[in-house]
Amino acid sequence: MAYDKFEILTSTAVPLPIENVDTDQIIPARFLKATERKGFGDNLFRDWRYNNDNSPKTDFVLNDSTYSGKILVGGRNFGSGSSREHAAWAVYDYGFRCVISSFFADIFKGNCLNIGVLPVQVSADFSNKLFSEIEKDPKTVIEVNLQEQTVTLLATGEKESFDINGYKKDNMLNGFDDIDYLVNVKSDIVEFAKNTPL
Amino acid sequence: MKKTLFDKVWDSHVVKHVEDGPDVLFIDRHLVHEVTSPVAFLGLKNRGIRVLHPERTFATADHNTPTINQHLPVADPLSANQLKALEENAKEYGISHWGLGHKKNGIVHVVGPEYGITQPGATIVCGDSHTSTHGAFGAIAFGIGTSEVEMVLATQCIMQPKPKKMRINVKGSLNFGVTPKDVALYIISKLTTSGATGYFVEYAGDVFENMTMEGRMTVCNLSIEMGARGGMIAPDEKTFDYIKGREFTPTGAAWDKAMAYWETLHTDPDAEFDKELSFDASDIEPMITYGTNPGMGMGISKSIPKAEQVEGGVSTYKKSLGYMSFNEGDDMIGKPIDFVFIGSCTNGRIEDFRAFASIIKGRQKAPNVTAWLVPGSHQVEAAIKEEGLLAIIHEAGFELREPGCSACLAMNDDKVPAGKLAVSTSNRNFEGRQGPGSRTLLASPLVAAAAAVTGKVTDPRELMEKLVASS
Repeated sequence: MAYDKFEILTSTAVPLPIENVDTDQIIPARFLKATERKGFGDNLFRDWRYNNDNSPKTDFVLNDSTYSGKILVGGRNFGSGSSREHAAWAVYDYGFRCVISSFFADIFKGNCLNIGVLPVQVSADFSNKLFSEIEKDPKTVIEVNLQEQTVTLLATGEKESFDINGYKKDNMLNGFDDIDYLVNVKSDIVEFAKNTPL
Repeated sequence: MKKTLFDKVWDSHVVKHVEDGPDVLFIDRHLVHEVTSPVAFLGLKNRGIRVLHPERTFATADHNTPTINQHLPVADPLSANQLKALEENAKEYGISHWGLGHKKNGIVHVVGPEYGITQPGATIVCGDSHTSTHGAFGAIAFGIGTSEVEMVLATQCIMQPKPKKMRINVKGSLNFGVTPKDVALYIISKLTTSGATGYFVEYAGDVFENMTMEGRMTVCNLSIEMGARGGMIAPDEKTFDYIKGREFTPTGAAWDKAMAYWETLHTDPDAEFDKELSFDASDIEPMITYGTNPGMGMGISKSIPKAEQVEGGVSTYKKSLGYMSFNEGDDMIGKPIDFVFIGSCTNGRIEDFRAFASIIKGRQKAPNVTAWLVPGSHQVEAAIKEEGLLAIIHEAGFELREPGCSACLAMNDDKVPAGKLAVSTSNRNFEGRQGPGSRTLLASPLVAAAAAVTGKVTDPRELMEKLVASS
């Protein structure tokens, strides 16, 4: 088993209503020099979060104690740019277990799924709804139910369903990863490789 | 069934399909660099798994390497540690390693094609989103995360849902001063950075047919900047001529067998795409970006669009221009610049340096400009010297650095200082990409050269001989 199981997450959320948040913002390249997966959360959104002298930028949402929770709600086209899985690690290491957006960049979404952070794609309308509810009440509680594939605003009961393929859903519910699967079908792979010249 | 080029290569690499899930895709060639691999190797160790096919993986150091004094120890201890980790992992698992100082060292997407590792019809992955470069040869090539790097090391496979298919046609002849970089930036400006997300692109039409292999690499390289996982171009005689005789290219009977396969690699007439777009080459002029993503680009003679004219949120658009210290409606031409960067997996090949040299020849670097000229590999560096370009570079007051990713992502010391404006031939103009607080204008080597000698954003066509136009 490779990571935590994900079943139902009930949490307040941190809003980041900016579009095209790229992975260089999520974690700048100069923080990719580690050879182990630890400590990346400290540099999540580093240059939006800290001034050059390392003092916190008070107007950035992660420095605003009004907002907290295990869910990050981002703007459209979240996670564009580089393939660095460090971006997903930083999101996880900071304490988020779910990112909600109306549109995800492809590699970031895959990286999240591979490490146990659930990317939840909702409609633009529902995304706007989440942002406005969180703005009105920062203690707004959101329930993400993977089994049912729903996101719900608990206060009002408004909900929307989201897509995830059955294989990945099963992985996340059980905490399996792709290597667990691939190792299990290794004989098929070895057979296939025999007919595939270098 | 009629198949696209993409279908043919993808389908022939599917080991098995997982019901209501991804395909198990066999990977022919795996490229590895020092930044996205150490945690994957650590994962292997923790699971007690060996590398299944070390002969299919190739490692080079590029992201973290200094571009001066490469013969000396790497000063930054964290960078040095990552480079050492790659070397040790490669040794431990029997993977070929072209580290710092090795004559084959260079940017992973430059050396792959140079040594014939990149071949038509292959599946190629690397923990780097610009792996799409290799699609220029009719390969399916795309960037992966570190978990997937571990999968490929362990099983030579990854698990991927088959993407949708898009064909982008650009027809006609390119205008004077318009390069492959401009074609790509033009397409991205039309599609935005998410316009091709979920798709794999095939580039078609006479513009790409007439393009050199290096030009095709530049275009395919930038596929990720429109959100596509990758882009590819059907191999042709130009492709076969390019790869013939390179170190890892098949020879003799193996070449004939490979050719028989490669010649089938084109989209069948009437094969269907999920989306098809067409552009007219005559609409494209030299491009420049003005914002903080590669989709925020325009013809160099235009002015920055008003917020209400662009797609997407007004606040995000204004935040972007605010970061750049630009105003809606500004002209780009004439803006004073501080830095010029020639290099990267996008534009760090010999043709890029030839283009740069064609403009600076007989001129002088502007005194207000700091220029970093970084070849994509030692092979490119050698060609610059052999072709006499180095003399032109020196006479114009520039210097040549040593190969690496350099200021494209500024992991090493090549960082553009906060607030400074750089014209860069690389691929991303994100906030802080070239150093905290740096401001980046993406452009072709011609536009970068024109800026380097004038000290401001300049239309390169004004500095070009008409004769150069047709090339």
